This record gives sequence, structure tokens and C-alpha cells, in this order.
Amino acid sequence: MHKEEQTITEVGVDNLVSEVSKMYDEGYRLVQIGCGKYDDIFEINYSFDKDCKFVNLRLKITEGVVVPSITGVYLCAFIYENEIHDLFGVSIKDIAIDFKGNLIRTSVKNPFNTPTVTKVKAAKPAKSENAAAAGAKPDVKSDAKPDTKPDAEKKKEEA
Amino acid sequence: MAGRIVVPFGPQHPVLPEPIHLDLVLEDERVVEAIPSIGYVHRGLEKLVEKRDFKDFVYIAERICGICSFTHSVGYCKAIEAIMDLQVPERAQYLRTIWSEYSRLHSHLLWLGLYADAMGFENLFMNAWRIRETILDAMEETTGGRVIQGVCKVGGVRRDISDAKLKEMTAKLDSIGGEIEDLCHVFFDDASVKHRSVGVGMLSKEDAHKLGAVGPVAKGSGIALDLRQTGYSAYGSLDFKPIVETGCDCYSRCIVRAKELAQSVDLIKQAAANIPAGDIEVKVKGNPDGEYFSRVEQPRGECIHYVKANGSKNILRERVRTPSSANIPPLVKMLEGCQMADVPVIVLSIDPCIGCAER
Amino acid sequence: MSGLTKSPWIIHYDASSCNGCDIEVLACLTPLYDVERFGILNTGNPKHADIFVVTGSVNEQNRQVIKNIYDQMPKPNVVIGVGICACSGGVFKECYNVAGGVGQVIPVDVYVPGCSVRPEQIIDGVVKALGILEEKRAAFAAESKKGTDTGANADAKKDGGN
Repeated sequence: MHKEEQTITEVGVDNLVSEVSKMYDEGYRLVQIGCGKYDDIFEINYSFDKDCKFVNLRLKITEGVVVPSITGVYLCAFIYENEIHDLFGVSIKDIAIDFKGNLIRTSVKNPFNTPTVTKVKAAKPAKSENAAAAGAKPDVKSDAKPDTKPDAEKKKEEA
Repeated sequence: MAGRIVVPFGPQHPVLPEPIHLDLVLEDERVVEAIPSIGYVHRGLEKLVEKRDFKDFVYIAERICGICSFTHSVGYCKAIEAIMDLQVPERAQYLRTIWSEYSRLHSHLLWLGLYADAMGFENLFMNAWRIRETILDAMEETTGGRVIQGVCKVGGVRRDISDAKLKEMTAKLDSIGGEIEDLCHVFFDDASVKHRSVGVGMLSKEDAHKLGAVGPVAKGSGIALDLRQTGYSAYGSLDFKPIVETGCDCYSRCIVRAKELAQSVDLIKQAAANIPAGDIEVKVKGNPDGEYFSRVEQPRGECIHYVKANGSKNILRERVRTPSSANIPPLVKMLEGCQMADVPVIVLSIDPCIGCAER
Repeated sequence: MSGLTKSPWIIHYDASSCNGCDIEVLACLTPLYDVERFGILNTGNPKHADIFVVTGSVNEQNRQVIKNIYDQMPKPNVVIGVGICACSGGVFKECYNVAGGVGQVIPVDVYVPGCSVRPEQIIDGVVKALGILEEKRAAFAAESKKGTDTGANADAKKDGGN
């Protein structure tokens, strides 16, 4: 059975770009950037290869964290970063060629960023859906609030 | 000096069998910048893992692309097998190798034809596709499908090829070997092919490395990147050396593919001569739990199937990075500074497979 | 106009197909199947085409593209949905970005199921479509004879004479 050795090193948002630069200086090629959403954690894998040696950097973030772009180091990352932005809704700062959500124009916005459905217990799905819905609602509210508040304030001012 | 104009190219364009859209910024006839925009073929099939169990997903993986279909199923199965530590029988590994190389033959012949067509050389297009039909016949006789085979499964393969059939297949390859050689000679030596492709679509070795080029695009720019060197399936026990050209232009990429035809024929013959007897599959028990990046060399280059699973029958995440999506940044680089009339040839030189790139 | 069904011109568009059906459509043109010997030509220009071959399913992106191509084609014309994806969405039916078969956007005359479709099936589908094209042509000719002035009549007669 052929199984490659694959190392995974965790990095943070702060040292991502410096770690990626190190890989670049050592002559690694950027293979891919892939994202996955597990529960509420976004896991972004940066894969590198040099002479068929396969190495990964892994960044774990929660919703709302802004990830720095690595296009300053590897320009080709723009295609993966735009894809992650379009599919997962992860915001990535300073992409060299930023399509602003128009690379893969899907009919559903951020299709991969759906609440994870856990199939562990049979009784709970309804609840977890409710929780998910509840989880989605505050976002709507928080979006709506800034609009309503100024209105209310305006009314006060007018009064 | 004319001002800059933007010319849209695609999605429906006579030279493109598939929809890709490029905004070409032109100064007179010269392309200053090319901005790709994709999404016409995006299906979102990676998300289907939530609805299909991990064994059923093989047939979705196979339909990521109708040209690299077999190699996609090998890539996905390899990921699951690595996670579950399945010992796939040697014979199955050899059979996978044989079919993978047949896929490469069919894909490269298809590409050589399309490339000839992009140059306006229709006779050559017809000839390449005529030879390709004999490859498809062999595929159909052994798997049942012409372009979608459905023969690879987790733990092995579905069908065996008898020794008599293997002999027949190699004999057939011998008989079309001469035709393939003749075809390649046109690509190697013909003045009109050279006129259209030498020095067109330059991509230096440094750029190819920086921009993450894979497959024939990297090999045509002097980078010996071929994952068959890692020895997956039966490649470890076959004599194999990646083909590298250093011209860095469309011509080199074309030559790499033409030379790979002969190489694939050689690999099939080696595999057919050395294939061991035995089972073709191993029983799969339980569900996968873990993660693995499976890498295979497709006709278009390195393909990654990343699988993460948590022990349930639906895997958590399948991420596919196809060679075509890796080759889009190099394409953008190649198009800079080229002439408008060369755009179709350059776009085809990366062998774009949009179905793959967008999934 | 009766020459229409003797030498139909085809335009092919890949909606969100996996390529499998596309390469089989192309394979129809090449020496083994060679539909050109029947006068069937592949064209890239919708205004030259009589038959619209669509492979793959519809999504939000290509909905308008398909409609544009169809609207630009001269009437009468026929549409063939090639492959199970063009019929119903096929294995990708449940994908979030797949809306379903081509029938959702434009009227389809012939469906050719299969994954992937064999070139023989495609040719069979085209031959079926020719029958429908002939019917449509006759209806179209009758319509223009009935509803218009002598000029149109003269045209129709001229065609009949040919």
C-alpha cells in the first residue's frame, strides 16, 4: 500500500504569511489551498510540495476572522483564495487579483457555509436546526439594527 | 497608438468546446492583460458527500470530468484506502495503472486533435481522433464504458482483464504504434505547427514554479514534476522517467504530450507483461476515519483529492484540486503580451478542462 | 427551405456538463462516425444553426447564455438535450448549483439520455430531431402562406419548386 508521508503544521493568523514566506524561500511550490467547515471552525489547509515531499500548513479560524492573503508571496493563490471566499464566505484581505465574490458565481451564497447538520442523535436534529436558525437570526438582526437605531435616534432628534 | 479596449472571449466560442470567459485587455492587437472568469460549469459536487455514502461517491468523483474520469476515481479511492489502511491487491493496482495510461492516451490524442483544430489544421484533428477511437474501443471492451468507465471502486476494481485479452491489447497497441508515431512526427516537424506554436505563450521555468504550474505545462517549462514518480498504483515497479522539454512555449507543451503517448504505450506494455495473478479487490469493512491528501498524475497534471472523515458513512469533506484550476494562473501569465490571434492556441495549450476546474 | 433537413447545421453548447457528453458530440464528427457525410455540420454561430445541442444541466450562470443562443437561432429549429444531465440534472441533480434539465429554460424537442451518451445515440437523436424539424418546417411554411401577402406566397412557391 502506497501511503505518502504528509505533515501538517498548525499556524495562526499572525504568523501565516511569515510561515508561507519561509516555505517560498525554501523552494516549495504551492500545491493548493483548501477549506473545510467542521462545526463552527473553518480549517484552511495550505499545501506545499518540493521534490514530491508534501507539507501542509493548517490555519483554524472561527466565523468573522479576517485571513491575510498570501498572494504577496505566491501570486497563484488568488484562484484558491477567491474560491474559498465565494464558497465559504471567509473574508480574505488584500488578494492581488480580487474577484470580490464573482469568481464562482453560485446560485446560493456561500454554499459551503451552512450550519453543520450533526447526525449523532436521532432526537436532536430538530433542535440543532432550530439552533442553527437561531444562529442565523442574530446575524440578520445585527445587520438590521444599525439601520433601525439611527432611525430611532433620528426620531428622538426630531422630537 | 490605439487606446485600450476590452474584448470579451467566451463563454460560447467556436474554438472552445467548453465555456470559459476571458476579458482580454487589448492595445491594438496585443493582449495587455487577461482576466479569467469562471463559474459556468460549477455544480458544487463536493457538497454531495453529505448525501452519498463514501462508497457511492466514487461515481460522482468519476463524473467530475468526462476526460480524466478514470484517474479521478483512482484519486478518490486512493484517499479512502489510505485512511482505512486497505491493502489493495497488486493485480488491481496494475489494472488501475493500465486503465490510467489508456485514459492518458485518449486524453492526449483528444488534445492533440483539438490543438490542431485551433491552429486550423483540420486534417490532423480528424487523424488524431481516428486513432483515439481504437483506444476507446479497448476501454469499452475491458470496462464497458467509452469515457465514463465506472470500473474503479474503493478497495480495488470491478472487472478483471484476462491474460488473453491483455495480449490482444498489447498487440493492438503495437499495430497502432506506427500510426501514433506518424501523427507525432507531424507535430514534431511540420512547419505550420511550428509557425503557430514556437515562441508563443512563453512561460519561464521560474514563473511556472512560482505560479504552481502542473502537468505538461510544468514539464514543457523544464520542471520534472510528475507524480507517477511517487510510485502510487503500480508505477513504483515500472520503469518510468518524466518527459521534460525546455522550450517554455506552446510547442514544448505540445511535444511533451506527443512524447507521453509513446511513454504510455510503453507503460501499458510493461504493466501487461508484469501483472501478477490474484484478487482484484479487497473487502471494505467499516467507515473511514481520518484525513488524507491523495495525489495522482492525471493527463493534465497533478490532481489532489483531500478527504476528511469522522467514522460515519458520509465523509465530512472532499476537496478536489484539479490540474486545470492550478494551470489558470500560468495561463494568465502566458496571455500577457501575446497577439489576439494567438489566444485560442495559448488557451488550448494548457489543455483547459473547465468541468474539472469548477467542479 | 426543404434543404433544411437534408443538411442541418448544429450548434453545441456545454451547459454544466462534465465533458463526457461533449467529447462524444465531437466524436460524432470524427472519422469513425462522421456525421458530416450526411451533411450535418457543426457551427459556432447560432445564426447559422438549425439544431441546438445542449449537454449538461442548467445553472444560474448559464441560464441566460442558453436563452441567448436559442433566441438568436432562426426559426424553425429544434433543441436536443444530450445526456442525462441535460434531461433532468442526472447524478448532479441534488447539487446546490444545479437547477435541473435544459427544459427549464427553453423548449426541448428530443431528449437523449445516457451517462455518458454514446455517439450512436446522439446520431439517433439527431435523426429523430430531423423528423420534428421537417414537421415544424411544413407548419411554418403553411403559416406564412396563410397569414401573409403574395410576396411570401411567391417565396414559398419558389422553395417548393426547388
